[in-house]
Formats: sequence, structure tokens, C-alpha cells
Amino acid sequence: METLGRKTAIVGVAESDIGRVPHKSKFQLSAEASRLALDDAGLSIKDVDGLFTIISTQGGEHSSMLMAEYMGIRPRFTDSTSMGGSSFVAYVEHAAAAINAGMCEVALICHGSTNISDRGGRAGPVSSKTEVYGPMQFEDPYGISIASSYALAAQRHMHEYGTTSEQLAEIAVATRKWASLNPKALMRAPITIEDVLNSRMVSSPLHVLDCCLVTDAGGAVVLTSMERARDLKKAPVAVLGTGESHTHRMISQMPDYTQTAAAISGRLAFERAGVSHKDIDVAEIYDSFTITVLLTLESLGFCKKGEGGPFVSGQRTAPGGDFPMNTQGGALSYTHPGMFGIFTLIEAVRQLRGECGPRQVKDAELALCNGTGGVLSSTGTVILGRV
Amino acid sequence: MAEKRSKPVPRPYQDTKAYWDAAKEKRLIFQRCLDCSKPQFYPRGVCSHCLGSRLEWLDSSGRGKVHTFTVSYRAPHPGFADELPFVIAIVDLEEGFRMMSNIVGCDPGIVRIDMPVKVVFEQLTPDIVLPKFSPA
Ligand SMILES: [Zn+2]
Repeated sequence: METLGRKTAIVGVAESDIGRVPHKSKFQLSAEASRLALDDAGLSIKDVDGLFTIISTQGGEHSSMLMAEYMGIRPRFTDSTSMGGSSFVAYVEHAAAAINAGMCEVALICHGSTNISDRGGRAGPVSSKTEVYGPMQFEDPYGISIASSYALAAQRHMHEYGTTSEQLAEIAVATRKWASLNPKALMRAPITIEDVLNSRMVSSPLHVLDCCLVTDAGGAVVLTSMERARDLKKAPVAVLGTGESHTHRMISQMPDYTQTAAAISGRLAFERAGVSHKDIDVAEIYDSFTITVLLTLESLGFCKKGEGGPFVSGQRTAPGGDFPMNTQGGALSYTHPGMFGIFTLIEAVRQLRGECGPRQVKDAELALCNGTGGVLSSTGTVILGRV
Repeated sequence: MAEKRSKPVPRPYQDTKAYWDAAKEKRLIFQRCLDCSKPQFYPRGVCSHCLGSRLEWLDSSGRGKVHTFTVSYRAPHPGFADELPFVIAIVDLEEGFRMMSNIVGCDPGIVRIDMPVKVVFEQLTPDIVLPKFSPA
């Protein structure tokens, strides 16, 4: 069922200034990443007729209208689907469908966030709300946080399958090794499994080194039809298969604490791409927490349910391992502005173009990106290929 | 109990007013669908299994088991700073519904998955009582 049929391609990718960028607004970061991604494609903002964006934090309401106005465009296709960090991966599906249907020709997916600067430069409590309206009144009064939500899943996975903190730490250590090869990564000093286990406990069983960074960052991705892509600046990267889904919004409503919606979105993406797991050369898996990666690998079907721990052991996902993953250093060590999904796409495209220098995965032809949003709530999966 | 540094406080709305009213009387109640007979939690205006609107409220025994839990060492809100570390758990009630709560009245270190627990009630504000759980 090759519904996408290589008819659309990613033709431009870029990140903005990343890390700690207190002098720039999230809107500027998003717009500057957009300009750079359009430059990368050999296109201009005037070519953009489809806009896909979400700003989940304060001041970002009506995101696509806001960003279109900010950049001076009037799109004929507009989308602010809000499902957390997976949104940007899901936008690839929406954009490909819109382009295939002739509803737009050049689609811009963009994101900007000043997640660390908004907190005065220090990660920590941000909420000071006192009144909770809506279903979150069944969670917020109990002191739930994003980290605690993911910790609930980690604890259950350990209970059911004997997964260990050492196995989760393997992911953080391997990801840091990739980061050490990326000059743009924020955290580049090597770490060991013991370092992860000895780092401060945030919410058991998750230590601080099991948790993603908190940074400022923007990113952008440009898509167009394969027909138009062939005349642009760089070799197009084909959209082979996509999928999206969500299973819940609140962690107390998660149907199965050991499986994410990637079981749905991944199956769709593989079916539509007509490829199998062993064909994937490089995987970019949103690593909000180490447990996110473990659950995602299982849910996508790279290993059986419960076997994620053994799968990542022995630094299998590190440089030189036989499952290259999160090759820019991931949300754990490269950057994490709150919604990381777009950066999985940017890195996958660069890997498939062969632009990654010391961290290049040799002969990468097929890449898989998986974004996870909310509290293990939503996923978007995209399989990309060199043309 | 005196009101401490302000924590997030539920603001009851159409779907949830009956629940918070019952909690104030130290009753834990939940909804069951009169069309498909399934229980649901949190309270909604329709059944999340069949979308029917015919829902009844039932009293829970307040007895359940820990499905999963975490010990939080970080306060997500300034109101929790004095209580670190504290336990957040997902509790399976014997009537077949599941809810988030805190496990209180014990050392966080003794909490285990499948541990039997029973409901206790904590006065959050003069108007809101929060169901929590202790080892049974
Ligand atoms: Zn029903």
C-alpha cells in the first residue's frame, strides 16, 4: 500500500541558534530557522503556500496565524495540530497529503522555543497556577510533572520485564557519544553508566541524566513535490511512509504503560513505505527520557515487547554499534526546546544527504524518525529515503 | 488542616461537581454507564466506552492496588516543596476503575507495585477534599 509513493520530498532543513539564546524570541528563532531551511532548499519565503507550526507555550496561541503574520505570508494550507513534540513529525504526513492533493506546493514546518530563557535560565518548576480547570484537576493536585509521568511508565516496564536502570543508562551514554561528534551539541563530555546511576534522582527510577536537556532552539523543514524537488539546490529526500496516532492525553489514562502509539504510527509508516525494520540504516527516536526510547523501539517493532533493555545493551546504539540512533546527540545531549520532533527530521535528512562529517552513518539510505508528544501520548513516525 | 503554600486546586465544573461534592463528605465516587455497564474515571459528561449520556454515580470501597508509582524528588509547583520526596501512584480500584493519587502515611521507600492500598481523605482547602491512599 504505497500511498505516498515517493511523490513528496524534504528539500530544506535547518536549526536556528540553539542552546541558551536569551536575546532572541521564540518567534525569531522559528523564523530564522525557516529562512535557513528555505536557503538550504534554494527557495524563498515567497514560495511558501503551506504552513505547519505549533508553539505550545505562552504567547503562542493560534500558532500558524501568528507565525504566518510574523513572516509576512498568507498560506492556502494551514495547520496547528497540537499533539506535543510529535506534532512536527506528524506535519510531514499532513504536508505530504496536502501536496499530493494539490492543496499547497511548498510546505514549511517550523518551530521555535525559548524554553530555558523563559524560566530565567534555570530548569525547574514553571507552574505556579493555583486553580485547575478541566480533566487535569485529577492529576495536578497530586504533584504530577512531565518527568514523573514518564517515570510511572518506566517503573511499570521494570516490574513487568525486569528492565534495569543500567539498561536505560546505556541509552544516555550512547547518545552522549554521538553528541561528542556534533559541534552544535550542548553536552559533549563523555559519561558512563555509573555517572547516570549516580546522578540525582528526579522521579524514581529516572535520574537527571535519564532526562532531556532544557534549551532554547528553533528548527524548520521544507517539503515540496518530488517533481519540483528535482530542480532545487540539494538532492531531495523522499517521504516514503508516515503514520500518526495518540492513545491518551493524561498519563493516568494511558491504556498500557509499556506501549506507546508508535505501535500504530510505526506500523502505518512501515506498511506505506513498503520497507522492513532491517532496511533502516539510521533511527532518530525522540528521547525526552531514556524510557521514551526503550518503549518506542519496542512499540515500533525493532524488538519484541519487553526486550528493549537487552536491545540497547552493549552500546548497540552508539557510534560504531549496529543500530545507529539519535546521531546528533538527541534531546538528551544535543538540544531540547520542549518539543524536539522537528530535530529528528533535520538530522535524518542530513544523514541521508551525507552531510554529517565525523558522525556520518556510512551509506545511509533509509532513515526512520519517531516523535513522541505529551506524556507518551502521541506519536508521529516518518520513513525517509535517499532518492 | 491549615492551608499551606498554595497548591494547584481543582475547580469543579459540570462533569466533576458531583465528584468533588462527594469527596467533601469523604466518599470516593465513580461513574458507571447504564448502557454498556463499564466504569470510567475521570468523570465525564458521556461514557468514554460507548459515548452514551446515561451515567450513574456509585460509591467505591476505596480499596485498590498500586498499578505503578514514582517517588518524586522535585516539586513541580512551589506548593509541594515542603513535602519532598512524595509518592505519585496509579491506583486500580476494586470496582475496575483507575486513578492517579498520592500514597501517604508511609515511608516512600516501602511502596511497591501491587501493594494493597485504601483511600484516605485530605482537606486541601476549605472547599476541596482530595482522595489519597495509604497502605491497606
Ligand atoms: Zn457506555
